[in-house]
Amino acid sequence: MKIVVCIKQVPDTKGGVKFNPDGTLDRAAMMTIMNPDDKAGLEAALRLKDQYGAEVTVITMGLPKAEDVLREAMAMGADKGILVTDRVLGGADTWATSQTLAGAIRNLEYDLIITGRQAIDGDTAQVGPQISEHLGIPVISYAQKIEIDGDSVIVERQYDDRYHVLKAKMPCLITALAELNAPRYMTPGGIFDACDAEITVWGRANLVDVEDSNLGLKGSPTQIAKASDKVRKGQGEKINKDVTESVDYIVDKLKVRHVI
Amino acid sequence: MNLEEYKGVYVFAQQVDNVLNSIAFELIGKGKDLAEALGAEVTAVLVGSDVKNLADELAEYGADKVIVVDDPELKEYRTEPYAHALASVIKEFKPEIFLVGATAIGRDLGPRVSARIHTGLTADCTQLEIGDFPINPIPGKEQKHNQLLMTRPAFGGNTIATIACPDFRPQMATVRPGVMQKRAKVAGAKANVIEFNPGFTPDNKYVEILKVVKAVSDTVDIMDAKILVSGGRGVGSAENFKILDDLAAVLGATVSCSRAVVDAGWKPKDLQVGQTGKTVRPNVYFAIGISGAIQHLAGMEESDIIIAINKDESAPIFDVADYGIVGDLNKIVPALTEKLKAELAAK
Repeated sequence: MKIVVCIKQVPDTKGGVKFNPDGTLDRAAMMTIMNPDDKAGLEAALRLKDQYGAEVTVITMGLPKAEDVLREAMAMGADKGILVTDRVLGGADTWATSQTLAGAIRNLEYDLIITGRQAIDGDTAQVGPQISEHLGIPVISYAQKIEIDGDSVIVERQYDDRYHVLKAKMPCLITALAELNAPRYMTPGGIFDACDAEITVWGRANLVDVEDSNLGLKGSPTQIAKASDKVRKGQGEKINKDVTESVDYIVDKLKVRHVI
Repeated sequence: MNLEEYKGVYVFAQQVDNVLNSIAFELIGKGKDLAEALGAEVTAVLVGSDVKNLADELAEYGADKVIVVDDPELKEYRTEPYAHALASVIKEFKPEIFLVGATAIGRDLGPRVSARIHTGLTADCTQLEIGDFPINPIPGKEQKHNQLLMTRPAFGGNTIATIACPDFRPQMATVRPGVMQKRAKVAGAKANVIEFNPGFTPDNKYVEILKVVKAVSDTVDIMDAKILVSGGRGVGSAENFKILDDLAAVLGATVSCSRAVVDAGWKPKDLQVGQTGKTVRPNVYFAIGISGAIQHLAGMEESDIIIAINKDESAPIFDVADYGIVGDLNKIVPALTEKLKAELAAK
């Protein structure tokens, strides 16, 4: 079985976000990590490899330094790494990104494609389903459990108040939730091998069946009108009094605002 | 693409088990604002099996027209037949704007549809308005009018971005549930129904549903609650949520919580408010022992009245609270419950 896992290098937003003086994100000042949902997707692929035997190829689109995230994936157990990088791909929205990744994946044989549900920088959850549309294969989003049954996958797909157990013929694309599993650590031997492993680097010329008009900033239907730091609701009143006065204060406010 | 051919605001009226989701009415409500600015109508797109009887309810919340796509293949949500239904509606009726709820269904359906018809899709919008793009004129670049400007949080709620889709139609957005306001219900309104069936032929993209497993829950959805009594790590233990339960009981409120509480195993995930939980905008939000991490604020700061009780004077929750009380929740909350009991009994 051949599995392709799409991963993304993202700024670690947990420690807060840093801005340049012009209001754009200061990516250089922030730590980068493998996107958590993608890491869960990679772990799911590696478990299928452990259980059924599979070749796992990780692919990422990004700047040349995104190679680091491929090496991390290989140190965890992925077999091959492909970096898709080219100036003309910069500024892509989800349409152009999914076109690019689909164009790259058309070079590969695959039974399963696994992506994370969403990346923590954009939070769109769009690229996985859009890749599946471009490739003409089924998509199962929000996977919380994945099994193989002959030429099909059986997946638990999470919804707000329920889950569906779905069966799809491969090839199929699955988007993984971070809750799917706890990703393994890199092994010392894996890190050693991954440092020396060859990463395949592809540019525009390697993309199959994609028009220039669908790539990069120029190929992106959505455009940013403005971006800004979040403006918070202004602070209201704050009191620091004893219990009785505090309680009277709250009850008074609830009356004034017609809650009681 | 001739952009002029595309007219009207369309919204996906999500239903599950033949019950309309609240997001359908929220999208109609916002859609009315946008349609009024454009001099257009709001059309709800209702997709399912035996769902035609739901059309009038959409009219009661303001839908000018309802397109019903009714087919046995659409009984349970599956990506492919639903994507085919919406993409076919878009090709046939050419809407200018198409809104979908950012639910576990809409966030799967939206990208598939937008990729099929080649247009842009802005995810998880919290604000929509009609305006110019670029917002301010730029020499040498055409400024287009009457564009949909879609605002959304990004980077874990640390930034907000406003997005436009000037050269493709429809302009598509998924919209966070609980953010847009419904219009007042006009009881007895009748829908102007258009039935449309593009035909559904199963292919490799149709997945098979082996089983549907519903979570058993008898609690009120926190997104529907008028008053939320929400607890954080500061509450201290699962047992100590009793004092919040008591306060909620007096006010007819619902208890919710922060992520720390879910992570600690004190409360289930469906009660979690915030970026990775639910977005709520009740009339009153009590934040009790909640420090107010940015991800939490993203899920509740649109509440009408925010009352925060926290012993840490510098907690960020006080930056968004209308009324902040610095003090010991273990003393204030039970005393507040008793005082409210007395007040309400005296009425």
